[in-house]
Amino acid sequence: MDLYEYQGKQYFARFGIPTSPGGVADTVDEAVAQADKAGYPVVVKAQVKVGGRGKAGGIKLADDADEVRRHAAAILGLDIRGHVVRRLWIEHSSDIAREYYASFTLDRAAKLHLCMVSSKGGVDIEEVAATDPGAIARLHVDPVDGLSLDDAAALVARAGLDAEARPQAAELLRALYRCYVEGDCDLAEINPLILTTDGRVHALDAKVTLDDNAAFRHPEWEAFAGTEELDEREQLAKERGLNYIGLSGSVGIIANGAGLAMSTLDVVNQVGGAAANFLDIGGGANADVMAAALEVINTDAAVRAIFVNIFGGITRCDEVARGIVEALGRVDLRSPIVLRLDGTNAEAGREILADHVSQRLVVEQTMLGAAHRAVALAGGDR
Amino acid sequence: MSIFVDERTKVVVQGLTGSQGRFHGLRNRAYGTQVVAGVTPGKGGTDVEGVPVFDTVGEAVAATGADASFVVVPPKGAPGAILDAARAGIRFIVCITEGIPAQDEALFYNTLRREHPSTRLLGPNCPGIISPGKCNIGITSGDIALPGGPVGIVSRSGTLTYQALHELSQQGVGQTTCVGIGGDPVPGTSFIDCLAAFQDDAETRAVMMIGEIGGSAEEEAAAFISDHMTKPVVCYIAGVTAPPGRKMGHAGAIISGSQGTAQAKMEALAGAGATVAQNPTEAGERMVEIVKGLT
Repeated sequence: MDLYEYQGKQYFARFGIPTSPGGVADTVDEAVAQADKAGYPVVVKAQVKVGGRGKAGGIKLADDADEVRRHAAAILGLDIRGHVVRRLWIEHSSDIAREYYASFTLDRAAKLHLCMVSSKGGVDIEEVAATDPGAIARLHVDPVDGLSLDDAAALVARAGLDAEARPQAAELLRALYRCYVEGDCDLAEINPLILTTDGRVHALDAKVTLDDNAAFRHPEWEAFAGTEELDEREQLAKERGLNYIGLSGSVGIIANGAGLAMSTLDVVNQVGGAAANFLDIGGGANADVMAAALEVINTDAAVRAIFVNIFGGITRCDEVARGIVEALGRVDLRSPIVLRLDGTNAEAGREILADHVSQRLVVEQTMLGAAHRAVALAGGDR
Repeated sequence: MSIFVDERTKVVVQGLTGSQGRFHGLRNRAYGTQVVAGVTPGKGGTDVEGVPVFDTVGEAVAATGADASFVVVPPKGAPGAILDAARAGIRFIVCITEGIPAQDEALFYNTLRREHPSTRLLGPNCPGIISPGKCNIGITSGDIALPGGPVGIVSRSGTLTYQALHELSQQGVGQTTCVGIGGDPVPGTSFIDCLAAFQDDAETRAVMMIGEIGGSAEEEAAAFISDHMTKPVVCYIAGVTAPPGRKMGHAGAIISGSQGTAQAKMEALAGAGATVAQNPTEAGERMVEIVKGLT
């Protein structure tokens, strides 16, 4: 889960990472109240999960309440690359002397954590990496050892941070590492990390991606849950515990396992169709999950055929078959189902379905055959 | 021959008393795997259909001589179970658990690497390993595999692993070993580990590799194939039509920026001399042709 900037800053604060004083506002009046509290001048920042906010006019400086009012009114409701601004973050404006960059993420190739620090912050770090790779200092951190203060100090020096910023930056890196590890982040990034004219180092932005798998040990994440930018169907799917991503085609897809689901999308595409969604019912899916998956896809008006592609491993095909039968009884499915069933208990699954096979429920023997059939059905007159 | 496991492998199932552990542990035994013990803390002294259950892996190893473990426990308990197995001297651990936090994976991977270098972890979030006719540890349905070789399979995706087995078996082409390495960010065993083992295995004559979007494991495998593999490799990469920036189920399956696209991976593999197929069926067909050409 990606956090908004304000959530990221609140998360940082839990681990003692310094940020500017500020608060959130959903209306113009709230924005003024937060600005009065933070102290002028302030920065009015759009809260959207997309880059390039500044260029889109989503970040403005304000010297007094009138300016806050004007900027807040302009930014609330602004469409930034498809993301409509509904919330602002108002913080005291910092006098910036220097802008740096700092982040932690997992280096999957090295199977170690990777800390990156640069004295060239405030710009797109991928651009810096491409044009001036030497400007980014990297350090692999073994989770068994953690990050020592000595290593952090050496890294900020190697990155070329100004001498007066280094001690604070090294301490901040240690706090950011704790946030990344104990806070179960996939990514914890500060860009820019600033040195103020009065010699303080703190985070001016926060980009945090949480690892959804760790939610079981973070009850505090509940506060972030309602603020995700999901469309209606994705929301419904999430509530049912399904892994669903909406796409724009007409063939609804249900598969077990991410790889098979992706491959199903690909194969539908190769035979001339287009998938309406990605839906992985996961390992060990039972009848309830299958029925819920069909319900979610049934709410998509663009869907003309549903391709259910199951290769049982931990998922048992008889359970899947029962789910389909149950869904047929429970949901008024608008589209025919093309089913392909193989693997664990596949025979038992086919037997359960034998009495239900009709024009609305077609069973195909192969994945490719089923893809052809589903695409043909989706393209037919209905 | 086979890689990592064979008919002599003795397996302890960690979590045998749970519903998944029982179903798959007993199914592995029914396949012919030597399932010699189960472990569930607090349930030592009981048994599951004749398989004795112990409180710790150490006790199970002492009593039965188990040398491999099958971890079927929920995400919270999986890191502890894996380390328990390693400390007990288990040399091969298969963990099928889905949903383990990445921080935990990074920590136990590096703990194993440093403190138990002779222990190999397969997974987590993988379907396991099957050496047809000899040993099946994990959740793969044994009847879709065909003994006798000559193909080795390595795959990052669970269900696509089954698909690959199925495509070959349907055509009468057998497998030496099929390894599902799993789609999580920190897999214990990599493509390269498996490619190297298949290259060294006399009975394996060709290798099928199934990858997916995200990360750089396929690109690294491509470099290895180019430098070290003399046996033919057929590849398939899932996720050609996946939109960037969206996690496709696996924690690892995400295209970020220009990184990790199926296109880039396929180009790297083709450049390394591998045969790249557009879908699992085509991958099977290409492999069947290659096997026919072997003398």
